[in-house]
Amino acid sequence: MTTLHRFTLFVAASTLLLITAGGLVTSTDSGLAVPDWPNTYGYFMFSFPMSKMVGGILYEHGHRLIASTVGMLMIGLAFWISRLDDRRWVKRLAWGAVAAVVLQGTLGGITVLYFLPAPISIAHAGLAQIVFCLTVSLALFTSPGWRDETAEPVADTILARLTIATAMLVYAQILIGATMRHTGAGLAIPDFPLAFGHVIPPEWSWPIAIHFGHRVGAVVVTLAVVATASHLLTHHRHQPQLRRLAWLLIGFVASQFTLGALTVLSERQAGINTAHVATGAALLATSVLLALRVHRHRFSDAPSRARIDVLATVPTTPSLGGVR
Amino acid sequence: MDVRKSWLLVSMVALVLTVACGGGGETEAPDESAEPAAAPVDDANAGNITGTVMLEGTPPEADTIRMNSDPACREKTGNATLTEYYVVGEDGSLANVFVYVKGEGLDDRSFPVPSNAVELDQNGCQYSPHVFGIQVGQTLTVRNSDNTLHNIHATPSTNAEFNTGQPIQGMTFDREFDEVEVMVPFKCDVHSWMNAYVGVLDHPYFGVSGSGGVFEINTLPPGEYEIEAWHEILGTQTQTITVGENETVEVSFTFTVSE
Repeated sequence: MTTLHRFTLFVAASTLLLITAGGLVTSTDSGLAVPDWPNTYGYFMFSFPMSKMVGGILYEHGHRLIASTVGMLMIGLAFWISRLDDRRWVKRLAWGAVAAVVLQGTLGGITVLYFLPAPISIAHAGLAQIVFCLTVSLALFTSPGWRDETAEPVADTILARLTIATAMLVYAQILIGATMRHTGAGLAIPDFPLAFGHVIPPEWSWPIAIHFGHRVGAVVVTLAVVATASHLLTHHRHQPQLRRLAWLLIGFVASQFTLGALTVLSERQAGINTAHVATGAALLATSVLLALRVHRHRFSDAPSRARIDVLATVPTTPSLGGVR
Repeated sequence: MDVRKSWLLVSMVALVLTVACGGGGETEAPDESAEPAAAPVDDANAGNITGTVMLEGTPPEADTIRMNSDPACREKTGNATLTEYYVVGEDGSLANVFVYVKGEGLDDRSFPVPSNAVELDQNGCQYSPHVFGIQVGQTLTVRNSDNTLHNIHATPSTNAEFNTGQPIQGMTFDREFDEVEVMVPFKCDVHSWMNAYVGVLDHPYFGVSGSGGVFEINTLPPGEYEIEAWHEILGTQTQTITVGENETVEVSFTFTVSE
C-alpha cells in the first residue's frame, strides 16, 4: 500500500467524520448556534477559545473546524496526486474534489447567514455525500488493487446495470432524507412501521408525503441492494473484492433500515439520528465503490486483459462512456 | 413678435395653467381618502380589565433543566432551574399567559410608541421574562447577564428573522419589530432549553398573567372588545367583553390540560 493511498484513505475517513459532525449539528438543532460566518462570534475561526465551545457551539464550531481541516487535507491530496500520479483524469478528479469542498464550505456559510433555508441546507447535505464519494473513489483509484494487472474482469451486463441503479437509488434516497431533515418532517409520521396506524397514511400534507417517500425509498433501496448483492454472490462469489463489498452493502442497508426505524421510535434521539446520516453515507460510498469495481474495464487505466476481454463481451452503454 | 408681446403671452399661459390646476390653498378641496385623525384616549373615561387565568387538570411536572453542556450555566444555577411550560400556583392559577385586545375594537385609533425600552434578559441561561409584550416600533433591549455566550434567535412568521450573538457578559442589543405578530418566539441555539415569546401589538392593551394568574389591562377606551389569552402549550382562548366608561371589567380564562 503506497503512502499516497494511505493518505487518501485518511482523507476519506476524515470526510466521513465531517459528515457525522454535520449530522450532529442538524440532529442537535445547533445550526445557528454560531450566528456569524466565516468568523465565530467575531473571532477568527481558529482562534476561537476552546473554553467557549459550549452547548450548540461545540457542534457547529466543531463542524467548521473539521470542515476546514478536511478542506486543507483535500488541497494537500490534490497537490500530492498532481505530483505523483501519472493519470490525468485522476488529477482532474482530485482538483474537482477540492472545488466541491470549497463550494460545500460556501453553501455552509450561506445557510448560516440566511437562517438555514431548506434548499441551501439540502444542497449542503447532498454535496457532502458527493465529496465523500469523490474521496472514496480517489482512495480506490490510488489503491494497488485498482491497478492489479491480474485482476479478473467482470463481464456481467446485469450486474453492471444493477450496481449503477443501486448507487443512484441510494443517493436519491439520501436526498429525500435530507429534504425530510431540513424541512422538519422527521417525525411527520410518528409511528413505525405503520403510518398513523395504517399502511398508507390516511391524511396527507407535504411533511407527511416527504416522510412517507423516505420510507418507501428505504424499501426500494433495500430491494435494490438485495438484488445486487444476491446476484453478485450467486455469480461472482469467487471474486473476494466484490464479495466483500456485497456483504458490506447488506450490512449497511440492514443497519440503516434499523437506524431509520429507531430514529422515529426514539423521537429523533440525536445520537441515533446522526448514526443514520453516517451509515447512509457509508452505504452510498460502498455502492459507488462496487459500481466502480464492476465498471473497471471502462477506465483508461484498466488492465489490458480486462479491457480486451470485457469490451469484447459487454455491449457498451452509451450514457456511461469511458473515463480517460 | 416683439419682446412685450412675448411676455404678455407667457403671462397669460401661466395664468391659465394656474387656474386650471386649482392653485390657491384657500380653495383646495379636502382629501376624502385621508384617514380620519386618530381619536385620542380620554383617560378620564377609560376603563380597565382585570382578571385571572386558571388551569384545570394536572399538567406535567416541571423538569429540571440539565445545563451540563455549559459549565457557566451549571455553576450559576446549580442545575436547579425548572422548565417554564406550565407555571402553576397551588390554587391552579396559571402564569405566563399573554392576554391582549384583539380584533377591530381599536382600529380607528393609533397609539404613540413608548419611548422606554422593553428588556429581555439572559440570566442563569434562562430568558427573563419568559412571556412579554411590546409595541410595534418600541425598542427591545436584549441583555446578556451571563458569563457565557448566547445567541438571540427570533423566529417570527411576519417580522424579519434575526440571529445575533452576544459572546460577552453585559452586552446589550437593541431591536424593533415592524409588524403586529402574536407571538414571536425566541430561542438560543447554544442552550437548547432557552426559549421566550413576545407579543407584538400596535397598541398598549396587553398584559401577562403573573403569580396568582392575575393580569391587568388599563386605560382602555370604552367599547366592545375581543380579548385573547395565549399560552405556549395550551393555545388560545377568546372572549368578547364590553368596557363601559370608568368601568373595571373582570375577565377570567380557564385552560384545561388533558391528564
